Amino acid sequence: MEAAGHLIVMPIVLPLAAGAFLLLLDERRHVIKAVISIMSTLALMVVAIALLGSADNATASSGAATNSVYLLGNWPAPFGIVLVLDRLSALMLVLTSVLALASLAFSLARWHKAGPHFHTLFQLLLMGLNGAFLTGDLFNLFVFFEVLLAASYGLVLHGSGPLRVKAGLHYIAVNLAASSLFLIGVSLIYGVTGTLNMADLAQRIPAVPAQDRMLLEAGAAVLGIAFLVKAGMWPLGFWLPGAYSAAAAPVAAIFVILTKVGFYVLLRLSLLLFGVDAGATAGFGDAWLLFGGMATIAFGAIGVLASQAVSRLAGFSILVSSGTLLAAIGMADARVTAGALFYMVSSTLTIGAFFLLIELVERVQDPAANVLSVTMEAYSDDTQEDVADEEVGVAIPGTLAVLGICFAACGLLLAGLPPLSGFVGKFALLTAMVRPEPVADGVVVAGSTWVLVALLILSGLCALIATMRAGMQIFWAPIEGTVPRVLLLEIAPVAFLLTLCLVIAVQGGQIMRYMEATAQALHSPSGYVRDVLSAQPTPGPNAPSDK
Amino acid sequence: MELIVAIAIGVLTGSGVWLLLRPRTFQVIVGLSLIGYGVNLFIFSMGRLRANAPPVLQAGAVLNPADHADPIPQALVLTAIVIGFATTALFLVVLLVSRGLTGSDHVDGREPN
Repeated sequence: MEAAGHLIVMPIVLPLAAGAFLLLLDERRHVIKAVISIMSTLALMVVAIALLGSADNATASSGAATNSVYLLGNWPAPFGIVLVLDRLSALMLVLTSVLALASLAFSLARWHKAGPHFHTLFQLLLMGLNGAFLTGDLFNLFVFFEVLLAASYGLVLHGSGPLRVKAGLHYIAVNLAASSLFLIGVSLIYGVTGTLNMADLAQRIPAVPAQDRMLLEAGAAVLGIAFLVKAGMWPLGFWLPGAYSAAAAPVAAIFVILTKVGFYVLLRLSLLLFGVDAGATAGFGDAWLLFGGMATIAFGAIGVLASQAVSRLAGFSILVSSGTLLAAIGMADARVTAGALFYMVSSTLTIGAFFLLIELVERVQDPAANVLSVTMEAYSDDTQEDVADEEVGVAIPGTLAVLGICFAACGLLLAGLPPLSGFVGKFALLTAMVRPEPVADGVVVAGSTWVLVALLILSGLCALIATMRAGMQIFWAPIEGTVPRVLLLEIAPVAFLLTLCLVIAVQGGQIMRYMEATAQALHSPSGYVRDVLSAQPTPGPNAPSDK
Repeated sequence: MELIVAIAIGVLTGSGVWLLLRPRTFQVIVGLSLIGYGVNLFIFSMGRLRANAPPVLQAGAVLNPADHADPIPQALVLTAIVIGFATTALFLVVLLVSRGLTGSDHVDGREPN
């Protein structure tokens, strides 16, 4: 295999090596640690973009879906663990690395010194995320899930303080329980089908005898619950706003992608295992996802309106975004999926930027204007104090104007109003829902779809009201004393993410084309199955033929 | 054998779930551990219960798959045990930190009024 073929494994190996190396350095050597961490994340972004390019080109040249398959240990597909790169995983890799770069840059202003091993945990989180997106094996997915969860347990506690420890305790307990469900689901599926390779599973599921079908569906449902906990579906997502709003700003920003891991796996598995070719189990769970997603949107929208603290508002925005995506999977329609993928990219970047911005904005806020933050400070011995001292770097001029513009942009993006990408994503979703193709007079849009459309528009309205209210409280309420000091290094990542949202709105046509190709490939999983199972091990001196 | 294993899994998981829903952090961690044991046994039993059947093939011997136990669930169980051990240890640390910071072993960090 030539060098380019090994590029697929780089998103896992690179952060692993960087994270392990960072462990060896003394905790006081902040500069060198920061440099290594940033370099690794930058390299990761370059690799991810290269992989995105190759995933897109491979399809364009040969016509049929061609997924790059990497055989770990050179064992052929159903026996060894495979890494599979298709358009969806390449997209997730790029999204992860972009968000990671912004959060990491933001953390360099002060947060990375707030506790030990921040950079190591951050790199290992990236390793787990990238592995989860790339792997083609169900149990390997569990391992990468645990890697990313273990790193996230450390990160959610970063900065310490009673509030974080309490939120972290809940977060860890919920996720450990979900991991047990994950294992039960995986082993039930293995017990019925005798395989853990996703492509092999897709091939075997149609042939499962009728008496075993119930066990298989039970396994898939238990497995699904584990991912729905991650994605925060109502009523499994009550832990989410608390944990995310208690976490440090850069940590909360990278955590936005964690809910998208749940969405990614559900999308991948429901279309691969229970897609069009699945025989009697085709479409299993779609109704649950549709109605669960709708309930999540409603719960999230109410939560957004009810939030007093801005960070909780952002937490509930994640639930709205998750609900939208889950309902979109439940629709099981290629055009809806394409719209949902666009919406996912836009909403991930937006909420990531929003979490970073909140930290800056809360320095502006007059503490008396926010009753809840006062009560919260009363309960915690202020955790900000110990990191706030030695600030170095360039402060930006016109702080309030810049923060205000960024806040308004976040509001527009969350509400899905033009001209930014939130609108494009939501518009693509709504169009696909109310005008199913092929367009004909006889096609009736189902009642549940209309409810979903109404919920999507209403949740946008709720987000708009809530962000406007928060913005007025922060920026228009009288401010006593001086304007806060905001460093260039802190506002730049926010501006970077928001500019990206503008870019993907401007380049909407091209990006939509990519999303549509992705959705098409996902909805006809036979190409994926064929590519994975036909991948040949590389002959060489170390070929496992002597075993 | 199936009945005993099934009852064991049920008792472990049932007690684990009950403890998980209790308000003290120590009960939660014991509950999570018990659920972990139940799940590990469950994974193991998904390879079908066999007595006196080796999971590893002998080199050069005549191969009859029916004489062997399924090795994959055993490998999976090893991974799950390691991961479960690590996460339990981590949870234990957080539990102690929470106890130290709040002075309470309630999961919410303060006693209900």
